[in-house]
Amino acid sequence: MDIDRYERTWIFLSAAVLIALMLALTYSIYGLDIRLIGDAGQVDPAFVTQRPPFDQPGVYEEGPGRYRVVMIARAWSFQPAEVRLPAGAEVTFQVTSLDVIHGFRVPYTTINQMIVPGQVSEIRYRFDEPGEHALFCHEYCGVGHHVMEGRIIVEPPTTPAAAH
Amino acid sequence: MNPQPHPQPPTDDAPARELSSLYRPDSLHIRCFIYISFVLLALGGVFGTLQALDKMGVDLYQFLPGNLELYYMGLTAHGVVLALLFTGTFIIGFLSLAVVHGLQRPLADRGLAWATLAVAVTGTVALLVTIFRNQATVLFTFYAPLKAHPGFYAGLVLVALATWMAALNAWLTWRAWKRDHPHERTPLMAFAALCTWAMWFLASLGLAVALLVYLLPWSLGDEAQVNHLLTRALFWLTGHPLVYFWLLPAYLSWYTMLPAQVGGRLFSESLARLVFLLFVVLSTPTGLHHMYVDPGVAHGFKVLHGVMTYAVIFPSLVTAFTVVASVEEGARRRGGRGYIMWLLALPWLSNPSVAGQLLGMLIFAMGGITGLINSSLNMNLVVHNTLWVVGHLHTQVAGAVTLTFMAISYWLVPFLSGRELWGRKWAVFQVWSWFFGTAIMARGMHWMGLASAPRRTFLTYAPYAERFSEWHWGGVLTAAGGVILFISGGVFLFVMLRTIFGRRLAQPMTVPEAQPLMEPGAMPRWLDRISPWFALGLALSAAAWLPSLWRMAAEYPTMPGFQLW
Ligand code: HEM
Ligand SMILES: [Cu+2]
Repeated sequence: MDIDRYERTWIFLSAAVLIALMLALTYSIYGLDIRLIGDAGQVDPAFVTQRPPFDQPGVYEEGPGRYRVVMIARAWSFQPAEVRLPAGAEVTFQVTSLDVIHGFRVPYTTINQMIVPGQVSEIRYRFDEPGEHALFCHEYCGVGHHVMEGRIIVEPPTTPAAAH
Repeated sequence: MNPQPHPQPPTDDAPARELSSLYRPDSLHIRCFIYISFVLLALGGVFGTLQALDKMGVDLYQFLPGNLELYYMGLTAHGVVLALLFTGTFIIGFLSLAVVHGLQRPLADRGLAWATLAVAVTGTVALLVTIFRNQATVLFTFYAPLKAHPGFYAGLVLVALATWMAALNAWLTWRAWKRDHPHERTPLMAFAALCTWAMWFLASLGLAVALLVYLLPWSLGDEAQVNHLLTRALFWLTGHPLVYFWLLPAYLSWYTMLPAQVGGRLFSESLARLVFLLFVVLSTPTGLHHMYVDPGVAHGFKVLHGVMTYAVIFPSLVTAFTVVASVEEGARRRGGRGYIMWLLALPWLSNPSVAGQLLGMLIFAMGGITGLINSSLNMNLVVHNTLWVVGHLHTQVAGAVTLTFMAISYWLVPFLSGRELWGRKWAVFQVWSWFFGTAIMARGMHWMGLASAPRRTFLTYAPYAERFSEWHWGGVLTAAGGVILFISGGVFLFVMLRTIFGRRLAQPMTVPEAQPLMEPGAMPRWLDRISPWFALGLALSAAAWLPSLWRMAAEYPTMPGFQLW
């Protein structure tokens, strides 16, 4: 097969760039430990609301500065629709859906997940700055899709750190 | 490359403008496919513009009668009609011609060709009826457990079947050709068409299983529950390579026709073959990158598909060189000079077919870079399911592919119908305006997407939208691009109509066919065989998909259906 000299150079360069990208990708995943949502377990869709944790959606303090938010997505709302957290808290969202596939998006954060019935989405994040965040569904889920929203309110820490 | 001279019309007294007897048997059904695709383009495009206006808060839906006021019904129509039906019908027609011309013989089975048309039309009607009766507002991805009318899934089955029938006909034609020419290399144009069909056949198996085994029985009530994560994965098994099914016919034109249209030759035939073969192998083991942020999909397989997605960029990078080099050769023969200035020797303003394809390539290259971003798992977190992705998609499919199909039509329709192209100046205006319209709309969508604006959302009525003032200008650009595209699409259809019902050709036309620059003298035999590559693609796809699919099928919860519209 005769390949032109310039063409050969181009082919090697292309391959090199792509291999570099593949390596960078693999490194960022395994080296820097950037993890996408993987498997956080399944729930039986028929009994989700009767069994823990999804029988009682809400915000739970798990330890100092650590929170767990158990949330249910359904057409067309999130429950709880409003979440209050102190700034700096490490939070784990556990979310599932009661009906169809929904999305879970908090703009300007890396919170960007699918919510699938029968599957638990576990999302970790730390909100450092006080303020209010929008939360909305970003997967089509029926005619009311665009009104499906919630709110995350990050409050200034209540207990002053320098108590003594 | 092509040893036989083109067969001439059998009798000398046939008028010169008549289509040569080679194409006459297939001309009518090919034209039916192409014309149907134009009607579908018009239908789908209208909804695109309405959607684009919504991004700047303009709701024209409220003025429409009946079901047409429903945003998500329109969006389903836009996706299904354009992404599946317009592309599918145009590709069947165009690849049939590529096979006929490439092998210099009519299709093997004309009855099969007409049956293909009948099946495609039936499927299309079933889809349109269910969509416009608002019985299938599930968008073109039809994710279960949203449950549509059985007619919708049946329509999809028929359309997929039509593509398989067209593939079969191409293969039968090739087999008959091979029997007559046992020692010859398959001509490149036909080879490229056959690779496209092989790639698509492999890729579409996922969709076929999803529809026939799961969705259709479930919608008919034979099954109460559906495995929604499995059908979603099967959809993407086909859904990503679907993009290459749109793209490869455009590549076929860029490699084997466009160089001849600019008076050049194909730079390297061996590499062209390698590129098409690589698509057969690499297209299918990639689709999990659409599920990077899904729960229940094993992390390692997401990474694997992410890496494979980079691999399938390789043949496109090779294409960039070969096609540009071929075009450059043509430009130099036309008197082009200099490192860059040769570009000016190309007929940017005089030949709409050439200009459209060149502009399509340009926007394809621009969009390719945003594709690299989407496919990196970590950066995808910023843009997944935002309008950014829709911006990328439109540079590739509305920009590169559709613009190339329009540009092809500017010679194909005159050629097949024996009519002079009407309004060359309008056609030139059309390809440029489509280019700018796509670029402007995509720019707006990218901008909104980076600011987290969700896709597939009726933003005018989204309560949170007013808190995002940063979406404003992106929305204005999106709408402006959408209006430009609307006008451009209208001009395209008008030019086509005037052509089809216009003046007869003064001179007979031929199919543009690029000759190779370098004689591929010692081309290895493995560049003329598809089946080993197909087998390799099958093996890779099985390895990349089956473990995940198996686990989903065996262990994952199922759901009843929901009709939430
Ligand atoms: C008149 C030209 C066009 C305009 C103005 C346009 C506009 C749009 C807009 C604004 C959206 C986003 C809707 C949303 O997410 O809410 C969209 C989605 C889409 N468009 Fe287009 N488009 C055009 C042509 C095309 C063409 C030619 C194709 C394919 C051949 C195409 C394929 C798609 C697809 C597949 C989607 C995604 C649908 C979904 O998310 O379900 N569009 N279009
Ligand atoms: Cu939702």
